[in-house]
Amino acid sequence: MAVERLLKDDATEEKGERARMSSFIGAMAIADLVKATLGPKGMDKILQSTGRGRNITVTNDGATILKSLHIDNPAAKVLVDISKVQDDEVGDGTTSVVVLAGELLREAEKLVNMKIHPMTIIAGYRMAAECARNALLQKAMDNKQDSEKFRLDLMNIAMTTLSSKILSQDKEYFATLAVDAVMRLKGRNNLEAIQILKKPGGSLRDSFLDEGFILDKKIGIGQPKRIENAKILVANTAMDTDKVKIYGARVRVDSMAKVAEIEVAEKQKMREKVQKIIAHGINCFINRQLIYNFPEELFADAGILAIEHADFEGIERLALVTGGEIASTFDNPESVKLGSCKLIEEIMIGDDKLIKFSGVEMGQACTIVLRGASAHVLDEAERSLHDALCVLTQTVEDSRVLLGGGWPEMVMGKEVDALARKTPGKRSHAIDAFSRALQAIPTIIADNAGLDSAELVSQLRAEHHKESSNAGIDVITGGVGDMQKLGISESFKVKQAVLLSATEAAEMILRVDDIITCAPRKREDRM
Amino acid sequence: MALAFDEYGRPFIILREQESKTRLRGLDAQKANIAAGRAVARILKTSLGPKGMDKMLQSPDGEVIITNDGATILEQMDVDNQIAKLMVELSRSQDYEIGDGTTGVVVMAGALLEQAEKLLERGIHPLRVAEGYEMASRIAFEHLEKISQKYEFSADNIEPLVQTCMTTLSSKIVNRCKRTLAEIAVKAVLAVADLERKDVNLDLIKVEGKVGGKLEDTELIYGIMVDKDMSHPQMPKRIEDAKIAILTCPFEPPKPKTKHKVDIDSVEKFQTLRQQEVKYFDEMVQKCKDVGATLVICQWGFDDEANHLLMHRNLPAVRWVGGVELELIAIATGGRIVPRFQELTPEKLGKAGVVREKSFGTTKDRMLYIERCANSRAVTIFIRGGNKMMIEETKRSIHDALCVARNLIRNNSIVYGGGSAEISCSVAVEAAADRYPGVEQYAIRSFAQALDHVPLALAENSGLPPIDTLTAVKAQQIKENNPFCGIDCNDVGTTDMKEQNVFETLIGKQQQILLATQVVKMILKIDDVISPTDY
Repeated sequence: MAVERLLKDDATEEKGERARMSSFIGAMAIADLVKATLGPKGMDKILQSTGRGRNITVTNDGATILKSLHIDNPAAKVLVDISKVQDDEVGDGTTSVVVLAGELLREAEKLVNMKIHPMTIIAGYRMAAECARNALLQKAMDNKQDSEKFRLDLMNIAMTTLSSKILSQDKEYFATLAVDAVMRLKGRNNLEAIQILKKPGGSLRDSFLDEGFILDKKIGIGQPKRIENAKILVANTAMDTDKVKIYGARVRVDSMAKVAEIEVAEKQKMREKVQKIIAHGINCFINRQLIYNFPEELFADAGILAIEHADFEGIERLALVTGGEIASTFDNPESVKLGSCKLIEEIMIGDDKLIKFSGVEMGQACTIVLRGASAHVLDEAERSLHDALCVLTQTVEDSRVLLGGGWPEMVMGKEVDALARKTPGKRSHAIDAFSRALQAIPTIIADNAGLDSAELVSQLRAEHHKESSNAGIDVITGGVGDMQKLGISESFKVKQAVLLSATEAAEMILRVDDIITCAPRKREDRM
Repeated sequence: MALAFDEYGRPFIILREQESKTRLRGLDAQKANIAAGRAVARILKTSLGPKGMDKMLQSPDGEVIITNDGATILEQMDVDNQIAKLMVELSRSQDYEIGDGTTGVVVMAGALLEQAEKLLERGIHPLRVAEGYEMASRIAFEHLEKISQKYEFSADNIEPLVQTCMTTLSSKIVNRCKRTLAEIAVKAVLAVADLERKDVNLDLIKVEGKVGGKLEDTELIYGIMVDKDMSHPQMPKRIEDAKIAILTCPFEPPKPKTKHKVDIDSVEKFQTLRQQEVKYFDEMVQKCKDVGATLVICQWGFDDEANHLLMHRNLPAVRWVGGVELELIAIATGGRIVPRFQELTPEKLGKAGVVREKSFGTTKDRMLYIERCANSRAVTIFIRGGNKMMIEETKRSIHDALCVARNLIRNNSIVYGGGSAEISCSVAVEAAADRYPGVEQYAIRSFAQALDHVPLALAENSGLPPIDTLTAVKAQQIKENNPFCGIDCNDVGTTDMKEQNVFETLIGKQQQILLATQVVKMILKIDDVISPTDY
C-alpha cells in the first residue's frame, strides 16, 4: 500500500544517491562560478541587484559575489556560508575556500561513483587535512623578531593579495599604503582606527595615506577654518531643542505672552548649555547630533569650531584618535577629558571640503583616501584594500608566513600523497583524492592566466619532488619560478583557515543522504 | 459511507459535509497508519549510529539545517500526516525526557509497527497485539535492569563520564574532536551539578556559538558570556574584582504607571522641571556609585546623558542585557536583581573576579566575559566553528552530551551500546514468549524481532552485512552468556562493548522501549481516520 502524503504539499524530499547528486552539483556549480576569479589573472564579475535602481557592482571578491546571489540549492548555501565566515574571520581567501571545497566534492563524487562509502571518504579527508596542516606548520616561516624582514613579509603579502584585484597595477603603491597603515596600529589590531574615504575623481594613484583623521563634514559658517593646538570636545547631546525628558511633561499655557516667556526660557537654557560647553576651554566642538542655527551662532561668536552631525562611527573614532571622551553632560568641566590635536584645517579633495585633524594624540590612527574614476572602481578598490588590511592585521597577530603562487598547495599535496601511500585500506583513495583536489588550485590559477596548466603543474610537481623547493607558478612570465625570489607570500593563518573550513564544509555536505525541502512560506496577499 | 435514519426514514447527518471528507476504516485505517509511521522511521533509519548519515533540511524561509539529531530532523520536516505527527511527538518527548536516543526511539517504533502489520494480516486483533507488546516491553524493561551495571565515578575521576559523552558525540559531525567536546560537556555538568541531591540544572549551562575559528577552539568558561559590549566606547575593557549592580530599571526619568500629565504653564515650572531632570540622572548614578558598584548591568537602555555620567564617574555599564542572561548573571555572581534604584544596597551586588571584553575576527564583534564569579555554578560553553550550520549542529550535539552526563549523575546505571542491549533484550523476550499462552505469544515474539531492527540498522549503516553480523553477535551472546556483545561499528576488532567503552544510560534505553511501545499501542488502537479531502 502506498504511503499517504507524509509532508506538506509543496515539500520535496530527495533521498540517497539523488540527494547526494543534487548537493554535489549545487556545490560544484558555485565553485565553478567563482573559479574564474581566482589568481592574479582572475576575471571580475558584474552583479546587478534586483532592488530599485538596478545598482551594479563589479568585483573580484568571492565573498561579495556569493553574498549577492540568490541560491536555492541547500548545499550551495553551505559554501556561500563558509565564504562569508572566511571574510569575517580572516578577510581574505574567500574564493579559495569555495574553490577548494568544490574540488574536494568533485573528487568525492568520483569516489562515490566507485562505490566507496561517504563515511570512508570523510575519514580519509580528515586524515589528509590533518597531515596537510602539519605540512604547512612545518614549512611556515616566522620573521617576527627581525623587523626589517617582517616588514618585507608584510609587503609581499599585501602585494600578493592585491595582485588579484583591481589595484594590481599599483599594487606596490597600495601595498605600501596598507603596510604603513597597519604598522601604525602597532600590533593593536583595531581596524576601526584605519579610515577609508572614497572620493571619486583623479586616478587610483592619487590615493594617499594621511596621518591624521579626516572627517567628511563642513565647518559651520563664520567659524575659524584653521585651528592650531586644538582642544576638542566630542559630544553626543541634543543641540536642537533640548527636550524635557520627564515623562508626560507638556506645555500648556493660556496666553501668547506665556509662550514667549517659555520660549525665552528655552533659549536661555540652550545658551547656558553652550556657555557650559565653552567653559571647558575648548576651541573645537564636535557633536553627533544636529546643531541648530542658534547654538551654532553662539559657538561662532566664541570663536569655536562646531561640527554637527558627525556620524556615530565618526564620533567614536574621533574620540579614539584624539583621546577625548564622548560627553553628554557638561556640568564639571574640570574632569572631562578633552581631546587634542596639533592642527585642524579644512582641506579640499577634488572639489569636496573636508576637515582634517593632524597631529592627533594617538598616532595609531590614519586615513586612507581613495581616488578613482568611478564609484564602482572606488568600491572595488575599498574591498581590495580592506582584504589587504585584514590579512595584514592577521599576519601581525600570527606572524607565520608561507610562500604563494600555488606553493602551499603543492607542499600539502606532496605530503598528503606520501600519506596515501602509507595508509592501507579504502581510505587511501580518499587521501589521494584530497591531494588531487589541492593540486587543482595551481591548475586553476594557471588556467585563469591562460597558461598551459597541465605542463606547468607537472613541472611544478617535479620541482617539488626535490627537497625544500620554493617553486610556484609565476603568472607574469608564464613559467615555474622561485616564489622566495619573486616575493610572493601568503599568510599562514589565511591558508590554514581555507584548508580547515573547506574540509569541514565538504565533510558536511558528504554526510548528507537525504534532503527535505519544506514548502516555501506562503506570502499572504494583502489585497 | 454509512447513513443513520430516524424513525421517519430521514437521514441523520452525523458528519458534517461528509462528501468532502475521506474516511478510512478498519484494517485499512490501521494499515495506512502503519505505513505512515514506517515511512517516518525509514527516513531516520540511516542516521542511526556512529556511521549514520546526516539530513539536510531546508526550512520554509530557505534556511538550511544539516543535522543528525532525530528530534531536530522530525521537527523541521514539517510533516502533514497525523500519524507522522505522532512519531514527531514521540521523538520530542524522548528529547525532553532524556535528551538522547531520539533517533533510536523512532526506529524502534517503526520496527514495532512493521511487525504489527504482519500480525494483523494473519487476522490477529490489533488490541491483542497491543497487549502482547505491552507484556513484552515489561519483560525487556526488567531485563535491561538486570544487565545494567553501576558505573562508578566521582568529581575527581571524570574519565568514565567522558567516555559516555564520547559515545553520544561519535555519531555526530563533531566526532573529529569528540574528546575535547566530551570533556567540556562533563566539566560543565559537574560544575553545575549537585552531587548530593543527584540533580543537575541544565539551565545554568549556557551554550553560545560564534562563527569563525575552528571547532578545536571551543572552550568552557567558568562564568557567563554575554553578547554585548560596554555602553560607552571609552569605558574600561577589563575590570578586576568587579562588584556588579544588576538592574532592571532604565537609566531614564521614571515613568509612573498611572496616567498623568505635567503641565508647564510658567517659566518657573519649566526651570524646576529641568533641574529635577538633571537631579534624577545624577541621583541614579550616584546611588550606584554609593553602594560601591564597579559595573552596572542593566536590562534597559540608557539616556545619553546618563551614559556620559556613568562614564564620567568611572562606572562601566552594559545595557540591553536580556532577561535570561540577567538571571544567569545574578546566579553566577551571587547578586540580586534590583528593580529600583532606591533598593540598591551593597549586599545586593554580585561579585566577579574578572570582567573583560573580547573582540573577534575582522568584524566588530565583541563579547563580554564575566569570569571567576562568586558562585561559579553557572558556566558557558562557547562554540566556534567554520560555519553557521556547523555551530548549530555542534550546539545540538553538546546538548545531547550534556543530557547524557546529567542522566548519569542522576542515575549511574548503564547498559552497553552498539545494539548489545537490544540484542540481549530480544533474546530474553524471545525466551519468555514461550511461557505465555494465547495469541499474545505471537505479539511478544514479534516484539523480540522488532528489537533486532536497531542492531540491524546499525550494522547496515556501518557498511557491514546486516543479517550475518546480527546472527553472529546473537549467537555469541547466547554462547558466551555475555550480554555486552554488540555491533562493531567502528571496525575496532572486538564485539565486546565493554571493552570498546560504548555505553548508554539505563534510563535512556528503558525510556526508549516504553515510549515506542506506548505510541505503537496508540496507533494500533485507531480504526477510523476521518480527514478532509484535498480540494
